[in-house]
Amino acid sequence: MEIDPFIFRFSIFILSIFIGYYVVWSVTPSLHTPLMSVTNAISSVIIVGAIIAALASSSDKIFEISNIFGFLAIILAAINIFGGFLVTQRMLQMYKKKKKK
Amino acid sequence: MISANLSAIFYLISGILFILALRGLSSPETSRQGNFFGILGMIIAITVTFFTVGNFSNAFNYVLFFLVIGGAIGAFIAFKIPMTAMPELVAGFHSLVGLAAVFVAISAFLNPQAFNLGLPGNIKLASLIEMSIGASVGAITFSGSIIAFLKLRGIMSGSPIIFKGQHFFNLILGISIIVLIYFLCSSQSQSFFWSLIAVSFLIGVLLIIPIGGADMPVVISMLNSYSGWAAAGIGFTLENTALIITGALVGSSGAILSYIMCKGMNRSFFNVILGGFGGDANVSKEKSKDKKPVKSGNAEDAAFLLKNASSVIIVPGYGMAVAQAQHALREMVDALKKNDIKVSYAVHPVAGRMPGHMNVLLAEANVSYDEVFELDDINNDFANTDVAFVIGANDVTNPIAKTDPQSPIFGMPVLDVEKCKSVLFVKRSLSPGYAGVDNELFYRDNTLMLFADAKKMTEDIVKNLN
Repeated sequence: MEIDPFIFRFSIFILSIFIGYYVVWSVTPSLHTPLMSVTNAISSVIIVGAIIAALASSSDKIFEISNIFGFLAIILAAINIFGGFLVTQRMLQMYKKKKKK
Repeated sequence: MISANLSAIFYLISGILFILALRGLSSPETSRQGNFFGILGMIIAITVTFFTVGNFSNAFNYVLFFLVIGGAIGAFIAFKIPMTAMPELVAGFHSLVGLAAVFVAISAFLNPQAFNLGLPGNIKLASLIEMSIGASVGAITFSGSIIAFLKLRGIMSGSPIIFKGQHFFNLILGISIIVLIYFLCSSQSQSFFWSLIAVSFLIGVLLIIPIGGADMPVVISMLNSYSGWAAAGIGFTLENTALIITGALVGSSGAILSYIMCKGMNRSFFNVILGGFGGDANVSKEKSKDKKPVKSGNAEDAAFLLKNASSVIIVPGYGMAVAQAQHALREMVDALKKNDIKVSYAVHPVAGRMPGHMNVLLAEANVSYDEVFELDDINNDFANTDVAFVIGANDVTNPIAKTDPQSPIFGMPVLDVEKCKSVLFVKRSLSPGYAGVDNELFYRDNTLMLFADAKKMTEDIVKNLN
């Protein structure tokens, strides 16, 4: 009997939930806003699917309907990726310890 | 073109880098490095995808073009957005993730060959289920986040919108989603796919409209979680490890934040989601008609009290964000410190409109993060403190949460500001806070109300201190 590859992916999924659980509990509460903006940025790795969709064309028909949805998704995800990481960076720059006098 | 196995390894690496990105946030010192790991992981994932698809024809140029356009928009927003607008920015970003998930699912449905999922009209059953879940959750995330965005931005009223039979209607819609997925899988018909997406958009709207403004921390965290599950759903469709790992991370992160926020209000998740909280503020207004004496003062009185204190705790809330008073507040603290007064900040978990909202604003005003304390760490210190300076917070300081089991906020962990020798309470009026509960603190002997705009009052105090 072979194991369905889905089961392997499902195992990765479940284990990642556990990793997420422990990692996120260790995030200090004062950084919860950057946590939201960075999770937002990384969940935009969905751009991977958008790129596959956009590039799935024979060279003469670039703008088939399914590719157009891919291109649109690329724009949305790119806004998120750049916006998310940069705004996180901007916030984290502000969290500095002052030198004690 | 690189082999599927090699690209899977790279996706795994980028998944690990994303874990490290979150891990970095365990302390401010490591956080910037964490963010760098996140960026690196994203670059790897995108580059590997280009090489795996291996299509560098004209379409590739368009991909780069749209990537740059989106990136420029994102970068522009990231640099321009004021820190006080962070909650609505995050809500807006969530909506984009949701919509992107919907779009990817649509193109996978229309052109399944591209993703190796079978032929149009004959998509593999498992893939079809995965993509319909991804599309549905994505659509809910999208429309729900739009509503949250509108409420936070103030375009839509923050008060709950409730109609008769709301929960029943939502339940019917929820069931219809499952039915639609079933028919979609058995018929492979496009019309079911489109109706599924339409119903999901509707549910997203209906889920968020009954939830009031101050419950937004829970809503934002919940939508954060949804956007993760949507990404994971698409990740299963695409058989992509990076997406599955990230989706699971983001999903559990949002769920934990929702939990922390609910606990901060001593309410169950369902109580928040079912909504309508704080909608009946009229009831408590009638109760408070018997006027109790209130001591009110001006900036001079406040400055006098502060100057003679040896320790001060500042309690910021949403009102500080609205009035943009964080910089003025920092100036006030600087003036106090010159007089050798010990100052710390106490932040309640649900202060503001999103998790960590107050911390970001204080950080923006150059407040050192080691002066900012969480509820549990500072609550015992109020008893040995001379002055509590409450600026823009209300319900989170209400002692009634500890004493009156009838109160809707009973049991909510609150900051024990009343234990200070004196309390300065900056507020526009005596109106009750979000929960619709009168704050007993206003009428205490050791409370001095400062009726004014938070920023203006703080600036006046600074003038009087110097």
